[in-house]
Amino acid sequence: MAVPVERSASTAVPVDLSDDAAVIAALRAGHEPTFAALIDRWSSAMLRVALLHVSSRAVAEEVVQDAWMGVVRGISRFEGRSSLRTWVFRIVTNLSKTRGVREARSIPLSAVHDERDHAATVDADRFLDASHRWGHDWARPPREWAPEDSLLSKETGDVIRRAIDELGPRQRAVITLRDEQGFTSKEVCATLGLSEANQRVLLHRARAAVRARLEEYMDRRLVTR
Amino acid sequence: MIDRGVTCKELVELVTDYLEGDLPPSERVRFELHISICEDCTTYLDQMRATIAAVGRLPAESIPPTSRDELLRAFRDWHEH
Repeated sequence: MAVPVERSASTAVPVDLSDDAAVIAALRAGHEPTFAALIDRWSSAMLRVALLHVSSRAVAEEVVQDAWMGVVRGISRFEGRSSLRTWVFRIVTNLSKTRGVREARSIPLSAVHDERDHAATVDADRFLDASHRWGHDWARPPREWAPEDSLLSKETGDVIRRAIDELGPRQRAVITLRDEQGFTSKEVCATLGLSEANQRVLLHRARAAVRARLEEYMDRRLVTR
Repeated sequence: MIDRGVTCKELVELVTDYLEGDLPPSERVRFELHISICEDCTTYLDQMRATIAAVGRLPAESIPPTSRDELLRAFRDWHEH
């Protein structure tokens, strides 16, 4: 969709970030609010992708900074063969891989042992054991959470943010891109170089871990109320 | 004993495949059969859905203000020259 670039370039409001053509046109026209909005929307996810390949947050922050500079310089040549988002995250991946190699501390994705892909995501002791008549039914079932709005509080947001930060780097990157940024599974696989099956396992483990932390928090609130 | 398709312990590990639409038809039927008669697993599934929605509503974390300002300056310079 074409956009009136002249007008948008003179306004202080970013264009609709879900409209790739509008965003690209705005960036090419030097529309600063749009660039600022993109930085605010994508940078934390870019940081998590960078952290898959480099060893420190400081280096990852540099990579994100360099990637944005790459966007500034490269947007006029961007041909739109992929979505803008895919292109930007590919720049991050490429830069962070290069940095990771230069640091000689690159962590090959396949060698990350912080995520046990086959362990159960819910503690085994929450189920009755197999010898029981109702074996593998819940022994300690989940308790219903307070209405949806309790999930909207700042405090709950902090619990979720901490839970995501504590995940291993691959799970963290996958849940950030899928559930926080709204990438499709195909986009995530392309960005992180994962198979569909691998992506699904990482997503499952990440979501289950965040749910478990929310459950602890919700149960604690039930007790203290 | 009623055949509930899958056990609760199995079901919790199938939730993401189910939500992704990746369960083969026969397994999806067994999953849904179980959910239709098990309140606890329904609660678990609801909580997974609520978790996904809550992650999607997290406020974005940007980069440090100095880096952000630097980028915006570079963006301006690039387009002025």
